[in-house]
Amino acid sequence: MARLNDDNVRLAQEIIGRYPRPRSATIPLLHLAQEQEGYLTQDAIKHVAELVGATSAEVLGTATFYEMFKFEPVGKYLINICGTMSCALMGAEELMHHAEERLGVKAGGTTSDGLFTLEHAECQAACTEAPCLQVNYRHAFRVTNADLDTLIDDLRAGTLDGEIPAHGTLARVRQSIPADKAAGVVTPEQVGAPAWFPAKDPS
Amino acid sequence: MSTYRWAAGYIDDGDRPKIVTSRFEYEDSYTLERYHATGGYDGLKRALAKAPNEVHDEVRGATILGRGGAGFPAGTKWGLMPADKYPRYLVVNGDESEPGTYKDRLLMERDPHQLIEGCLIAAYAAGLAQVFLYIRGEMPLAHERVGQALNEAYAAGYIGKNILGTNFSVDIVLHWGAGAYVVGEETALIESLEGKRGEPRLKPPFFPAAIGLYGQPTIVNNVETLSNLPWLLVNGMEAYTAIGTQTSPGTRMVAVSGHVNRPGVYEIINGTTTFRDLFYGEEFCQGIRNGNELKAFVPGGGSAPWFTPDQLDLPFEGRLVGAAGSMLGSGAIMVMDHTTDIPAAALTLTRFYAHESCGQCTPCREGGTWLERVLARVVAGNGTPADLDQLMEIGESICPGDFPHAANEALGLAATPFPYKMTTICFVGPSAYAPVHSALTLFRSEFEAKITRRNSIPVAAIHSTPAPAGAH
Repeated sequence: MARLNDDNVRLAQEIIGRYPRPRSATIPLLHLAQEQEGYLTQDAIKHVAELVGATSAEVLGTATFYEMFKFEPVGKYLINICGTMSCALMGAEELMHHAEERLGVKAGGTTSDGLFTLEHAECQAACTEAPCLQVNYRHAFRVTNADLDTLIDDLRAGTLDGEIPAHGTLARVRQSIPADKAAGVVTPEQVGAPAWFPAKDPS
Repeated sequence: MSTYRWAAGYIDDGDRPKIVTSRFEYEDSYTLERYHATGGYDGLKRALAKAPNEVHDEVRGATILGRGGAGFPAGTKWGLMPADKYPRYLVVNGDESEPGTYKDRLLMERDPHQLIEGCLIAAYAAGLAQVFLYIRGEMPLAHERVGQALNEAYAAGYIGKNILGTNFSVDIVLHWGAGAYVVGEETALIESLEGKRGEPRLKPPFFPAAIGLYGQPTIVNNVETLSNLPWLLVNGMEAYTAIGTQTSPGTRMVAVSGHVNRPGVYEIINGTTTFRDLFYGEEFCQGIRNGNELKAFVPGGGSAPWFTPDQLDLPFEGRLVGAAGSMLGSGAIMVMDHTTDIPAAALTLTRFYAHESCGQCTPCREGGTWLERVLARVVAGNGTPADLDQLMEIGESICPGDFPHAANEALGLAATPFPYKMTTICFVGPSAYAPVHSALTLFRSEFEAKITRRNSIPVAAIHSTPAPAGAH
């Protein structure tokens, strides 16, 4: 059972309803699937394809383009250590070596307890706070080896559960457009300028 | 001087005008309550009291240069849509991922209502019927803040049907990415928003303003660009252009990172602040770390050709930096002191672009990969004397001709100096070469010093060269 569950199907249909073309919802729906299972299963890809009216191959083609989608299980916590210039200048390589030693896995690997996956990452938009890392895309700044040890201990102990959800969950606040307030989807087939917009100067 | 624990990286120092970061001092700056208390949505009200074309004129008159990288004026861009083709869409580019850059993330996390108000003003002025706000996937906090703000703004009647009792109606849809640098390119952003692989479209002849999302006229604007609009509408064009210079009015957010004493994101006056002010000024970075010597700096994001202390007195102004052979890009400056291993530093950027190549164009897909591999073996001490020429030769296949371009002024291309010739659809390919070219041209002896072996090693051995941190 790796198709989207009933709640997520309802959510998926709400999301699809915001776009002029259902296929635009592909990436948001893949995130839903990944949130449900922690990674993207073949069944989930097939289900998303059905929902957006594309083929599984098309959805897989899209999914494989993007770094965040995983096609096999990863740890509960995905630790991404940035290695692009600003972080590299401030010691990212040493931090990565320390992380590898501490977790007992090489970059790309998952610990045997299934808790941590360690990855090299590219720029995470926190360049003045180098070296930085993300745990399930939540930032940690100016990370020393000692900070990393503490972070790993805290994650193991579960004390950060409130701040860092398991891998797959992105935003915990979702957009919700109330039906009575919505302006409505505007499809390319709708012709003519919008009501408020004068196409020509009336003078 | 203030820093705020809720806005890590942002530094509020000196007595400079603030346009987009004015609320960062409040911990609850992202709430509607705080936004209202600080003049929020007044700009929208002023806009709705005018005709759309009047608002457009105001934006055009203020010459708000696009803050995403190309620096194209927003008001002019809006005017490029065909007059009789509808519907038109607005796509907000919040896919910030240029190495060294972050300002859009802070603007989305700290002042999401300001961005939303900017979107509404743009939609009203340019007749854009639906807005898609595309946020980079790796920024869940920005999603949450913008999502919450959108929900609040819908409930308060700022978005949706008959906004504030007028006939202006528009939905703003929050969309999120999934990790791909190239999607920050506007046509790749549109492809991604259509549910496809984020591969840039061939242009010219058709730019998104003519043929964009679903083939319709589409404006793609950066988060910081749109965040300027509420202030502009409240304070007016004259007040906006009174800040900065005639060609580069207003303020800009810049992130200065690397070997400085006080790296940070600063809102600076556009066009006048020099790199020397930024690196050594008391209100900015306060010097190079440990009193070290400045060796080189990247003036405008990882794609930009590098500068040395010779260019310290250039102001942060697009045309002047362009004429000097680089670009301001997305307002990201990375500073290297004299202890920096230049070939290794260049490798961190080239590896980034090689990794982020979408694979569409052969010169970028293959060339970027080989630039990375050859450079990696040089850095690892396994290079051969032929490798340095090899690097230039690969670069030549991506950016033929002089690079960067001393001759751009003569060619009338001062505003887009980087690069003037390329064999790829977008700038990712040239960006992989820019750091290699800069580093090799400015610091060739450092590369030569790393070449210790006389005999060429077999190509197969490249794969077993241990890659430095960050390689995939």
